[in-house]
Amino acid sequence: MSESLLAVGTRKGLLIFERQKGKWRLLREAHLGSPVPYASVDPRTGDLWASIDHGHWGQKLHRSSDLGESWQELTAPKYPESAVLREDKPATLRYLWVIAYGAAEQPGRIYFGTEPGGLFVSDDNGETCHLVESLWNHPSREKCWMGGGRDEAGIHSIVVDPRDPRHVTVGISCAGVFESKDDCATWQPRNRGLIAAFLPDPNIDVGHDPHLLVGCASSPDVLWQQNHCGIFRTSDGAENWQSVHEESGPANFGFAISVDPKNADTAWVVPATSDQVRIAVDRALCVCRTDDGGKSWQAFRKGLPQENCYDFAFRHALDQDGDDLAFGVATGGLYFSDDRGESWQCLGEHLPPIYSVRFLPAG
Amino acid sequence: MPTVRFPPHLLRHVKAAPVVAVRGATVAEALLDVERIFPGVRDYLVDERGSLRKHVNIFIGEQWVRDRVALSDPIAEDAEVFVFQALSGG
Repeated sequence: MSESLLAVGTRKGLLIFERQKGKWRLLREAHLGSPVPYASVDPRTGDLWASIDHGHWGQKLHRSSDLGESWQELTAPKYPESAVLREDKPATLRYLWVIAYGAAEQPGRIYFGTEPGGLFVSDDNGETCHLVESLWNHPSREKCWMGGGRDEAGIHSIVVDPRDPRHVTVGISCAGVFESKDDCATWQPRNRGLIAAFLPDPNIDVGHDPHLLVGCASSPDVLWQQNHCGIFRTSDGAENWQSVHEESGPANFGFAISVDPKNADTAWVVPATSDQVRIAVDRALCVCRTDDGGKSWQAFRKGLPQENCYDFAFRHALDQDGDDLAFGVATGGLYFSDDRGESWQCLGEHLPPIYSVRFLPAG
Repeated sequence: MPTVRFPPHLLRHVKAAPVVAVRGATVAEALLDVERIFPGVRDYLVDERGSLRKHVNIFIGEQWVRDRVALSDPIAEDAEVFVFQALSGG
C-alpha cells in the first residue's frame, strides 16, 4: 500500500515516487528522455494524463489507466484551419501546458490549455477535442495577448467551479484571467485590481501575466494567483483582485502557488528573486505560507538549501494534499513536507529540471 | 513503389517498421499513405497544417525536400524517402 504517490514531470521524462512506511522511493519512470510539461490524475476515473513535449516530433498527449505502467497515445489538440495567429500566420500547437478535468456530472469532459492561446475541450475522455473558438476569437486576443516566458500567449491554468461546472476560469500568460459562466460560450476578462508593471498602463484590462491561477474547492469565490507582479487574491469570484504579497519579505515574485482546498485563507508560494534573475531569494530556498488570506506570511526553511542556492519552482511544480506538500525546482531538487510546509525532506537532489509535481491518489 | 525510411529516434515513440513501401506521387501523398499503414506516425512528422515540423527533415534520394509547407515535391515510383530528425541540446 502506498501512503503517497507523486507524479513528477521533468525535462527527461515522468518520474513516479511512492511513499511506503514513511520512506520514499522512485517507483517507475515513463517517457524517459522526453520533456513532460504536465502530468496529473483525473480524480473521476483514476486515469493518469501526461503531456509530452517532443520538440522535434511535436506535442503529444498520453493517458494511462494503471498509473503509468502502460500508456495510450491520443491525438493531441489540433488548431482548426480557421485559427490564424495573426497576419494570416496559421496557428499550430506549440505546447500542451496543462490538463484539467470537468465535474463528476460531466463524464469525459477534459480541458487542455495550450500555446498559442488555446483552450481545448473534450467530452469523450480525450479521444477527440476541439478549440474553444469563443475564447480564441475574443476581440482582445490579436491586440492584447502576447508571449511572456514563451513565444506566444499560453493557457496554463484552468479552474472549474465545483458548484457549477459551466463556470470556468482560465489564466493566460500574457493576457490575464478570463471567465465563462455559460460552459465556454462567452468570456469576460477578470483582471480588475491586478498590476501589469511591465506595460505602459499597469491597470490595463487585458495584458496581465498570472503565472498560475488556483481556486479554493470549499470556497469557490476565492481564487489566488502568483502573478508576474506579485501575489493576488479575490474573494468575489475574480470580480476584484487584491494584492497580498509582502513588500519587504520574500513572498512576492514567483511562479507556483497552492491554496488549501479546505481553507481559503491558507496558501503557499515558493518565492524567487525578481523577474530579472529568477533565483532563490538571497540564494536560500524557502516556502512561504499565509493562514490569514495574505495579510501575513511565514517563511519556512527547515530542510531546504540555505546557501549558494539558485533554485526556483516552475508554476506547476507545487502541490498539496492534506498536511502533505511537495515541490520541485528547475535545478532538479524534489522536496516533501508532512507538516503543512514547515519542514522539508529532500527526495532527490539531482533529478532533471522539474516542470510539474502532482499528488496522485494513493492506495 | 516508393519507400519511406524512419530514423531509430522516431521508432522509439511510434509503432512502425523502419522501412515501409507506400503509394503516392508526392511526399505529402506518401505521408498520407504512411498514416494509413501506421496510424499516428504522420503527426510526428508534420503539424496540423500538413507542414513539415521545424526540426524534421526529409530527403528524396539525396535531395532535400524543397516544399516544407505543402510537401508537394514529386517522388518517383522507385524513390527512397528518408526521414531525419535533428538531435540537439541537452
